[in-house]
Amino acid sequence: MSGPPILATRGLVKRFGGVAAVDGVDLVVNAGEIRCLIGPNGAGKSTLFKCLTHQHQPTSGHVLFEGRDLQGLATHRIARLGIAIKNQIPSIYANLDVRENIRLAGLRRGLEKRQLDRVVELTLDEIGFNERLASQPAATLSHAHRQWCELGMLLASSPRIALLDEPTAGMTREEMLKTVDIIKRLNASATVIVVEHDLEFIARLAQRVTVLHRGKVLVEDTMDKIEANEIVRDIYLGRKKEATHAER
Amino acid sequence: MDSFVILCFAVVNSVALLALISLGLAVIFGMMRVINFAHGEFIMLGGYATVIANHCGVNLWLSMLVVAPMFVALIGAVAERLIVRRLYGHLVTTMLATWGLSLFLIGAVTAIFGNTTMGVSAPLGNIPIGAYSIGAYQLFLIGITALLVVSSLLALHWTKYGLIARAAMQNSEMAATLGINCDRVYAVTFIVGAAISGLAGALLAPISGVLPHMGAAYVARAFVTVISGGGALITGFLSAATILGPVEALLSYFATPVVGQASLLLLAVIILRLLPTGVSSLWTGGR
Repeated sequence: MSGPPILATRGLVKRFGGVAAVDGVDLVVNAGEIRCLIGPNGAGKSTLFKCLTHQHQPTSGHVLFEGRDLQGLATHRIARLGIAIKNQIPSIYANLDVRENIRLAGLRRGLEKRQLDRVVELTLDEIGFNERLASQPAATLSHAHRQWCELGMLLASSPRIALLDEPTAGMTREEMLKTVDIIKRLNASATVIVVEHDLEFIARLAQRVTVLHRGKVLVEDTMDKIEANEIVRDIYLGRKKEATHAER
Repeated sequence: MDSFVILCFAVVNSVALLALISLGLAVIFGMMRVINFAHGEFIMLGGYATVIANHCGVNLWLSMLVVAPMFVALIGAVAERLIVRRLYGHLVTTMLATWGLSLFLIGAVTAIFGNTTMGVSAPLGNIPIGAYSIGAYQLFLIGITALLVVSSLLALHWTKYGLIARAAMQNSEMAATLGINCDRVYAVTFIVGAAISGLAGALLAPISGVLPHMGAAYVARAFVTVISGGGALITGFLSAATILGPVEALLSYFATPVVGQASLLLLAVIILRLLPTGVSSLWTGGR
């Protein structure tokens, strides 16, 4: 291994009043990885993400980006370093059209206008949006298209790290598969950390999986080993798997 | 026929005047949801900057188009840094604080220049229309107002900064995750709004003269126009000005200016009763 990992947290804690939503997380993610974070509701996944971008100020502990401590940096400074986030709630500008949304995200790269135009059109192509979709106000998009628009925004911003919070929530299987393709494109140039519940999605993408439980890292391993892990089955997978089977 | 032309001119002039005094407020209130009660005083300061600069020997056009907006932008920058920045998101507190600023500015100007009207003479002379004549300067006012409105619209929709500003005003937390420094966007927006208000005051100085409390004459009409306009920033207040302006002009012509202004307020009340989120909700779906 050469150099520090692209992202590391040391003893990261976030308290809301007396509740520790993130309770001493040590996470190491290497450049180029697709890492999945799983865990039951309330495990602290979304809060952890928001601490990485300082949308929440961590109560204590450190976030290191390529060995550099991010302490004290404002959210927009972190974004400029190349850490992009797709939050759980859809975060697109409803009043702007799709093209404007993507353009906005691309501004981070400080390109010249013509180059940026090219990036925007290329991105629209990558997420499979035709001209009609591209010029629609984002508010009028279907649920899946909103998610893809957001992924397009991430693609256009060309981040070093992309944090994706439940990118396939509410999608059909075909839509999920298309999302997998988009995330693979994203991974060509970015390290991806993704929170998901969909097991097929995880199996198709993730090399390593980190399980969070009650604000702590419970275990970290490959998906096969995680699926075989008794404790994980008890708190999460067992329940989830039965539910998925029942649905089918 | 001549009087008809004059009446049309008065109507257009009234719309332009409303648009001119409201544009700076529309930028600040519309984009930042900051109710700037010192808006009238920004106009007043623009007027004073023009008159003082001109009395000191600066060319009138230079005083109006450069000195006044720059001076008020500076005042705006200081006000934003010292007062408004600390109160973002606190609507009522901001209203009180900017009201305080308004009183302070009136007091300061009165202390320095006294409570008397000062003025500069309107340039450009008159254009005869039959038995009547209209001031060429007023035609210039209409033209420059149109230019200001159109360039604001273009800047907002076709430039990088416009896109950033529209994003920051819709959702600042999201904008931050895209690398946008919202504090700076707000500061720049406030300063631009102040500069436009200063320019409005400068352009009005030759026709109305300047007085320390002249802002009060404009602030109510500006607020009524911006709020009747609703959510769509430029098109909203422009359509409100287009509805309210003719009513004020025609009733001022056929009755008295007092009736004209009263009817403007009454019409705004009716508009907001029927369309609580402003005229522009007709085409934006009331967001």
